[in-house]
Amino acid sequence: MASEHALGAVILAALVLYALSGGADYGGGMWDLLASGPRARRQREAIEHAIGPIWEANHVWLILVIVVVFSAFPPAFAAIMTALHIPMSALLVGIVLRGSAFIFRKYDSGDDVVHRRWSTLFGAASFFTPFVLGLCLGALASGDIRVIDGRLASGFFAGWTRPFAMACGLFALGLFAFLAATYLTVDTEAEPELQEDFRARALVSGLLLAPAALLTFLLAGTGAPVIFARLTSWWGPLLVAATSVSALGALVALWRRQFRWARAAAVTQVTLILIGWGLAQFPHLVVPDVTLMNAATVASTQHALLTALAVGAVVLFPAFAHLFYVFKRRPQPRASGRRAVAFGLLVVGVTAALMLASAGRAPQRAPEGCRGRIVIVRPLHGAAPLECVCEAGTLSACFSPGP
Amino acid sequence: MISDLAFARSQMALSLAFHIVFAAVGVGMPLLMAVAEGMHLRTREPVYLDLARRWANGTALLFAVGAVSGTVLSFELGLLWPGFMAFAGGIIGLPFALEGFAFFAEAIFLGIYLYGWDRVPAVAHWLAGIAVAVCGMLSAVFVVTVNAWMNTPTGFEMAGGRIVRIDALAAMTNPASLNQAVHMVLAAYVATAFVVAGVHAFFLLRHRHDAFHRRAFGIALAVAAVSVPLQAASGDALARMVAIRQPAKLAAMEGHYRTEAGAPLVIGGIPDDAARTTRYAIRIPRGLSLLAHHDPRAVVRGLDSIPRDEWPNTRIVHWAFDVMAGAGGVMLAVAGWAGWLWWRRRRVPDDPWLLRAVVVTGPLGLVAIEAGWIVTEVGRQPWIIQGVMRTSEAVTPMPGLVVPFVTFTLVYVFLSVILLYLLRRQFLATDPVRQSAGHGQ
Repeated sequence: MASEHALGAVILAALVLYALSGGADYGGGMWDLLASGPRARRQREAIEHAIGPIWEANHVWLILVIVVVFSAFPPAFAAIMTALHIPMSALLVGIVLRGSAFIFRKYDSGDDVVHRRWSTLFGAASFFTPFVLGLCLGALASGDIRVIDGRLASGFFAGWTRPFAMACGLFALGLFAFLAATYLTVDTEAEPELQEDFRARALVSGLLLAPAALLTFLLAGTGAPVIFARLTSWWGPLLVAATSVSALGALVALWRRQFRWARAAAVTQVTLILIGWGLAQFPHLVVPDVTLMNAATVASTQHALLTALAVGAVVLFPAFAHLFYVFKRRPQPRASGRRAVAFGLLVVGVTAALMLASAGRAPQRAPEGCRGRIVIVRPLHGAAPLECVCEAGTLSACFSPGP
Repeated sequence: MISDLAFARSQMALSLAFHIVFAAVGVGMPLLMAVAEGMHLRTREPVYLDLARRWANGTALLFAVGAVSGTVLSFELGLLWPGFMAFAGGIIGLPFALEGFAFFAEAIFLGIYLYGWDRVPAVAHWLAGIAVAVCGMLSAVFVVTVNAWMNTPTGFEMAGGRIVRIDALAAMTNPASLNQAVHMVLAAYVATAFVVAGVHAFFLLRHRHDAFHRRAFGIALAVAAVSVPLQAASGDALARMVAIRQPAKLAAMEGHYRTEAGAPLVIGGIPDDAARTTRYAIRIPRGLSLLAHHDPRAVVRGLDSIPRDEWPNTRIVHWAFDVMAGAGGVMLAVAGWAGWLWWRRRRVPDDPWLLRAVVVTGPLGLVAIEAGWIVTEVGRQPWIIQGVMRTSEAVTPMPGLVVPFVTFTLVYVFLSVILLYLLRRQFLATDPVRQSAGHGQ
């Protein structure tokens, strides 16, 4: 695998982990705002208990995404941050208010009025922030952001103001809410009443997710044609089917109160959605002008980064696992829970392997159409030009021409 | 009419000024916590454990704000300075990635530390605290190397205005890295220790024999007394590096206009760019040559050796430098006084006048940090990368930057007000009078 692709895979993996951890924390905030019924306060406490020790560590996945994008693909970072200046600034305000409201509430819970005020801010920001995040990701996929000769050519409103991006925002909201409610059913095993509360919430949000997904998919037809074409190519239906099976599996498991299975299925579902989106967009960072190849920095930096990431992963994953072990373990872990997790990992792994195998052979479009059978592709910055074979307007095999 | 560039710079400056307080505390507090918990493990005195827990409470609050304000900065690099990031992202990416990992580890161990008092064994808990302190220190070091690179860029080759070769390791170990990193880490220790010592000195003035505040004051004072003299030495080394690598910055810091041998040290006064002199200043003959080159006859380059359009804002830089150096001098004096009393009496000094002095000088460390960052950032202007890229070339083409500037200013003001209120409550909760009058502890 080329180092550019490896770094792209790192970005996608970090996004998946952010969605699974940080995304669920957003969902927790949404359920905090929507806490209702006789056990509203206890629901809030369960949510606070679930995300308190881990939300800062979870948040670092987003920072990792940012850091890898700007170190490995500097021109892409510059283009994204310029084109999406407005929603990204809004995202930041949301992140700041959400994190501060959460911690302030913890330290300022003297009386109910103040507590409720912080809860409102925390919850509102938990809705707002992932919606804006969805807007931004939708904009990157839309193909509306144009970067020509390293300069932004499409203004500051392209992409993120379109219905497709809005649908992505809503979809992100629904996904995170569903994920959080499903996690919380496992977290509240010791309190059956609360568990039922969150089960109901997970079922409702899971069911609402289906129309949201369909809407996003249909809007992609005009709103993000490149992605849509990929999702309807031969491997697209396979992915959609695997995702749907996971989603159904999660709902059935919730219905039958097999909460650990439900959690594993929900994790699988979210992972598949993000992997599918990543593959549909591959090799673009910003559709259609910025790709992993043409935005990559020089090779030596890529290798240094990959080395640092590998070393960091070796050091950090055990520590991260330990954090979860300390705070998420139960007195007697049930065998079914472990089996559920193993099953989820297996499904994700097999699907990802299939997707990767197909995407490796997926045709790339030539940058400006092909003017011959052999074309030279120039990365934007530094790296050596590549020689590619061009077949019917798409690049099939690329290699370094050598000295 | 204020330009978008000015708003972009103001927003960045404000974000950095806000974040650095929490970053410094995030580096300094874990050290104090680890010392307190270590003392508990050694002496088995419960008061040390109480101390570590209370400090951890305050740290959790500040660390969370530091985490989100740090996220803001990582985005703002691209939102405000896309030209800089497109050019430099590949060169400074490595330390940023390492900083990300160090911060990640810090967040993980802090989670274990804050929420794991009863869930992990005592020694493991203490080790988690030490890991937080070490990771916090490392993340400060890594991120400062990026700023150092902007001051003394190395590790890349350019041809035709484009980068053709990058040595990320050489960029990370640029000439300013070590000096700046040491200076910042020590600054974080000094500032945190002084603030904490100040708070506990305040309570000691009311209750001279309160065991909790005596122990707390002792630990903070010890850290301050050790790190302040080291910081003076580190500042001297850094200034000599700046004299060689960034003569314009040094000249602006010192209000020094004319290149001369045996240059005087200019303290205070009003730098006047038009007249090319600093008016109403105190001048110490040969002082600048001595400080900058350790030789009273050495030639020190003045601003007259720099093209006029490459001068930084001399007034801001000179005054900020004097504030930083002045604050450092006062803290050095207080630390020396305390150390002398401590050494003579062989116990934590509690003279009322020393306690009052510590209360008054408590915030000086943070003042010095803010002033120091103003010196290094404003002093580098008009460059964003010294000698390579101007700040005006790096700014986003986005118009109307007044909007995000005002928005973020309001957010920061809001957060600061709330934080001060909450911290005040945290401090008051440790007041022995209130404790015995109220629910008791």
